[in-house]
Amino acid sequence: MSRASIVVLVLVCVAFAASWVVRAGANEGDAAVRDAFLVTLAAFLTLAIFSFMYRDNPYYKFAEHLFVGVSAAYWMCMGFWSTIVGNLVPRISESLSDFFQVPYSGGGLDFGLFYFSYRYFYLIPIILGILLLMRLVPKAGWISRWPLAFIVGTFAGLNLVRYLQSDFIIQISASFVPLFVDWHGFGHFFSGLSLAANGQFVAMLSNLVVFLGVICGLIYFFFSKEHVGWFGGASRLGIWILMITFGASFGYTVMGRISLLVGRLTFLFGDWLGIIG
Amino acid sequence: MGNIGVILMLVLIGGGLLWLFIRALRGREVDRRVVFAFILVSVALPLLLTITFEMKPTPVVEALYDRIDSLPSGSRILISFDFDPPMAPEVQPMADVITRHVLAKGHKAIFMTLWATGQSQFNVTLQDVIRADFPEKVEGVDWVNLGYKAGNEGVLNVIRTDFKKMFPTDVNTIPWDSIPILRGIRSCSDFELVISVGGGKPGVKEWVLFVGDPTGVPTAGGVAAVVAPMLYPYYPRQMCGILGGIKAAAEYEDHFRKNYPVFSDMKTPALVMMGPQTVAHVVILAFIVIGNVLFFVARRKEVRR
Repeated sequence: MSRASIVVLVLVCVAFAASWVVRAGANEGDAAVRDAFLVTLAAFLTLAIFSFMYRDNPYYKFAEHLFVGVSAAYWMCMGFWSTIVGNLVPRISESLSDFFQVPYSGGGLDFGLFYFSYRYFYLIPIILGILLLMRLVPKAGWISRWPLAFIVGTFAGLNLVRYLQSDFIIQISASFVPLFVDWHGFGHFFSGLSLAANGQFVAMLSNLVVFLGVICGLIYFFFSKEHVGWFGGASRLGIWILMITFGASFGYTVMGRISLLVGRLTFLFGDWLGIIG
Repeated sequence: MGNIGVILMLVLIGGGLLWLFIRALRGREVDRRVVFAFILVSVALPLLLTITFEMKPTPVVEALYDRIDSLPSGSRILISFDFDPPMAPEVQPMADVITRHVLAKGHKAIFMTLWATGQSQFNVTLQDVIRADFPEKVEGVDWVNLGYKAGNEGVLNVIRTDFKKMFPTDVNTIPWDSIPILRGIRSCSDFELVISVGGGKPGVKEWVLFVGDPTGVPTAGGVAAVVAPMLYPYYPRQMCGILGGIKAAAEYEDHFRKNYPVFSDMKTPALVMMGPQTVAHVVILAFIVIGNVLFFVARRKEVRR
């Protein structure tokens, strides 16, 4: 460790302690010291992540590894409490439900002569879950492919129908837009000319863009005919429309990222330094 | 003081950009850390100076506002908090202002989440909006929180036909049948409006696919900017309104406080964010211009050689 690194480390520790003391003094209530520590830690971790923009460094590495470790532990605990305790336990055992203090939601099929409890159905996911863990055993790892196949098959079946309906059929149907919106003649059109997005002229223009955009976009991806002549022109318009779409999408992404930066700076200036309300 | 601050900010950022532009004309490269520093300054200064703008709602935002406003008072609206802390700066303002609007209009709000982290985000809204602005609203009568249920699309697939099966109790383990606001609700079809606030998976898209389209219940959403372009094709046929990114949230906040003068002094985090957004976008545009100048200058030098 170089002398400069030690000096930086000492400065960071001193700044951290000073921030903790100052914030604890500014806070009120029984948890003032704890809250001050948490806010200071959050600010330190934020700045540690930001420090990567200068160059890679141990503080960034520490914050990154801490985040990965905490996330892994958090999701493991959530998986246990929300899926196993939250979803499975209430359906298989009343005594276990009482133990974990979750409401028992049993039930079953009453055939008159005998009663078939739903809890037996839930033995299947328990078995599949155990089989999935067989991946940890090198010689029996192949068994985990069975529950994995079940998961993939179930989700493929579940999603196929919904995507086909919502993203394919309804979207095609929604593309059939009238090119003449509420047409009552030229007089009405020009007197109602408005650049508001709900005006007649703009509505018609929007529908025309949708119509041309869909047709030309499809032509661009149609490779069974050479892209020359009018077909090539439509294809070129298609790529322009695609580029504009990607540009708009990128613009939205930039806005999203700036929002996240504003969020972090709001925390630093507000919750930590207390210079904005 | 405010105007002087704005002028100083414009001089600082404008002067810096001009300096970079001159450097670019001379063919000198710009270090990436200079770009980062400019973005930091262009976001930090408007935030410290609290620069805000008036917003006019776009039709897609106004559509959601009008939908909530036109429903008869007492309508039951399902609001799902499908997001986590990293997404919160963008999406939490949407969740807050929609909740405020729903309760101000006298509707019944039923909250739930498909994200484990959504539960803590709801607590923020509970603290900042429900408890702060509507202390008279009674839990279980005017609003209820059903909490989180693991299962993603599987949950939606079940509640589409049988809500109680997935949520036998609310978040406080009060049985479904003992909660007055939930009487008469069997499935998602019994809601007048379903709103998902999120930006990941499962999120607004899954609500449209698994609940909105199969049941025909009006569905709307507030989403992070990154996913907004993918959802616009669903409007207006499959979604009755979309808030895409912080700009839409700001539009909604401004529109709401103008139409509900009681809330004219409410916190407007999205509107506050639009100052830094605007300045940062101008700086990014300037960098695109400078980058292009740099490119053409370098190419001309290459040709001369």
